[in-house]
Amino acid sequence: MRELAYYEAKFEALDEIMTADERVHLINGTFLSLSPHRHVFQNLQKKFRERMIAPPISELGFCGLATGAAMAGLRPIVDLSTGSFIYEAWPQVANEAANAFSMSGGQTRVPVVFHLFHGLRGGGAAQHSGSPQAMLWNVPGLEIVIPSSPRDVKGLLKTAVASDNPTIFVDHTRLLDIRGDVPENDKAIPFGVADIKRPGSDVTLIATSYTVQVCLGAAAKLAKEGIEVEVVDPRTLVPFDLATILSSVEKTHRVVIADETHQSCGVGAEIAARIAESGFDKLKTRIRRVSTLDVPVPYSPPLEAHIGPSESRIMDAVRAAVA
Amino acid sequence: MFVIRHFEESLVPLHDKGVFGGHYHLYVGQEATGVPALACLRADDYLFTTHRNHGHLLARGAEPKRLFAEILGRVDGLNKGKGGSFHSVAPSLGFLHSSGVVAGIIPLSTGTAYASKAQKNGRLTVCLFGDGSLEEGAAPEAFNIASLLKLPVLFLCENNGKYGSGRAVAAAQSSSMAAYPLTDLPKAYKIPAQQIDGMDAGLVHATISQAVEKIRRGEGPQFVEAQTVRFPGSETNWPTVPVKTDTTLAWDVSSAPEKAREWYRSCDPLLIYIRELVDAKQASKDEIAAVERQVKTEIAAAVEFAVNSPYPKPEEAEKNFFA
Repeated sequence: MRELAYYEAKFEALDEIMTADERVHLINGTFLSLSPHRHVFQNLQKKFRERMIAPPISELGFCGLATGAAMAGLRPIVDLSTGSFIYEAWPQVANEAANAFSMSGGQTRVPVVFHLFHGLRGGGAAQHSGSPQAMLWNVPGLEIVIPSSPRDVKGLLKTAVASDNPTIFVDHTRLLDIRGDVPENDKAIPFGVADIKRPGSDVTLIATSYTVQVCLGAAAKLAKEGIEVEVVDPRTLVPFDLATILSSVEKTHRVVIADETHQSCGVGAEIAARIAESGFDKLKTRIRRVSTLDVPVPYSPPLEAHIGPSESRIMDAVRAAVA
Repeated sequence: MFVIRHFEESLVPLHDKGVFGGHYHLYVGQEATGVPALACLRADDYLFTTHRNHGHLLARGAEPKRLFAEILGRVDGLNKGKGGSFHSVAPSLGFLHSSGVVAGIIPLSTGTAYASKAQKNGRLTVCLFGDGSLEEGAAPEAFNIASLLKLPVLFLCENNGKYGSGRAVAAAQSSSMAAYPLTDLPKAYKIPAQQIDGMDAGLVHATISQAVEKIRRGEGPQFVEAQTVRFPGSETNWPTVPVKTDTTLAWDVSSAPEKAREWYRSCDPLLIYIRELVDAKQASKDEIAAVERQVKTEIAAAVEFAVNSPYPKPEEAEKNFFA
């Protein structure tokens, strides 16, 4: 097995995608946020400069440009960088791109990818720490992809670009330096297939994005306490693989959901509702959520750490579930 | 122009009788802009339009019976009943997407233009919108991007407010714009812009032909504001038909209600065009009346087709919103 850093796997995917398909254009940004690994973007820039544009700071304008270009046959990938910036582009994403295929009676395809970095990144404060994927899940017509490992980011990015639908690619800056196995010539990962990141028999711990990594750390510690946690990563919210989750619940009868969206109407809320509707009889205890508290994200480090789905909060929830 | 006029005049009683619901917008009074402007285009050019799209689609050759069926929500509609009056499209004619958000299409039009430039296919994009669209932030963002990237796009603003009442603020007629004349806005972004009389079919044709030629030469975006005079039937909350149009109105408006007479006497672009044809001896009154009779018969048949077209099956609502 070959090990790569997450950012390396992501840029290997971008390179392979752009080499294979000249319809792919990169709009705005570096796909790295403020990460220091700028050389990977510069390498890409040298190869594909004519298929990259750096538009003005006009999220609404350039998300519309990408959507229109997708309607005309290109496969643009737009980098919104900080996830909260998608609020500036909301009309184009939620009201134009998401609706075009349906309201044209299935005639206009919109193969655009909106890429963003969500979540608590350390000092992002209230306006640069948003996790808009829960709001976007409330917009029919968008596919939502949320990788958590080097192998997944590569495989899912390929599927996102190949998709004929508008796709939100939800990334996290705290994943960029995570290392993991990425086989050479790995296949694209289909949407709607959850991945068991760690098998276990006592509690089903469902997590997304960077929180999957936090959960893996928590699971290792809980194993020493004798609690075997099964960490399940849906990998895509739309489409959503409920079957894999339900078969895990069938085995463990206990569910904890951990993710970085705010608690109310968050990703955890929707997953909990689906399990309650379809797998209530399998549960031996109530479903527990570990989400970001329902407050604007504060700046000061201990305040920020307090509101997120930390390892200690996750461990407490798992212990409570087996108590 | 007859097709548009009689199409729209047939729509009003259908709505009044409850054959279709929802809000809708007529193109009456703007025929001398859309018809000659669209005649300047190539068959493979892209077009974007708004909620006021019926006239544009018909001018480009959309079948009246399928547009009626769409507005009536029937299975034979242009969009299989999923779009309605607001969102009717015809991709085979270049109309990929019609937005009911007034400035929604302006960024999208930069996208198809960007794609055409990347694909070097010589296609041009025409973006048709009303004066109110300029009030939304999407418009200046898109103008900036189009100008910076020198995109092959024609922004055709149909100012439907000349002498109009209602939303007028200061000198801006029907829109609430501090920037006036409206051409000041695109000019601030270095987009060549001109204001013309949109009721003069010949002038529209000459102006748009020239603008299109400049864009095809690679000179970047152009902006034309065509000033039209608000049709008195659109002064009320729901559209009305003050008098059914007939060729004879070109010389005698006594059948029109007194309040609306001035518009039909001196503003109606269709009647102006009829008088021009007769005065220039390009057609006789009888010949024009014969054409009009034929159009009326065709429109009646199209209404008949749409009214008899079935509604989609209710289950279709749950399908076909992803490609």
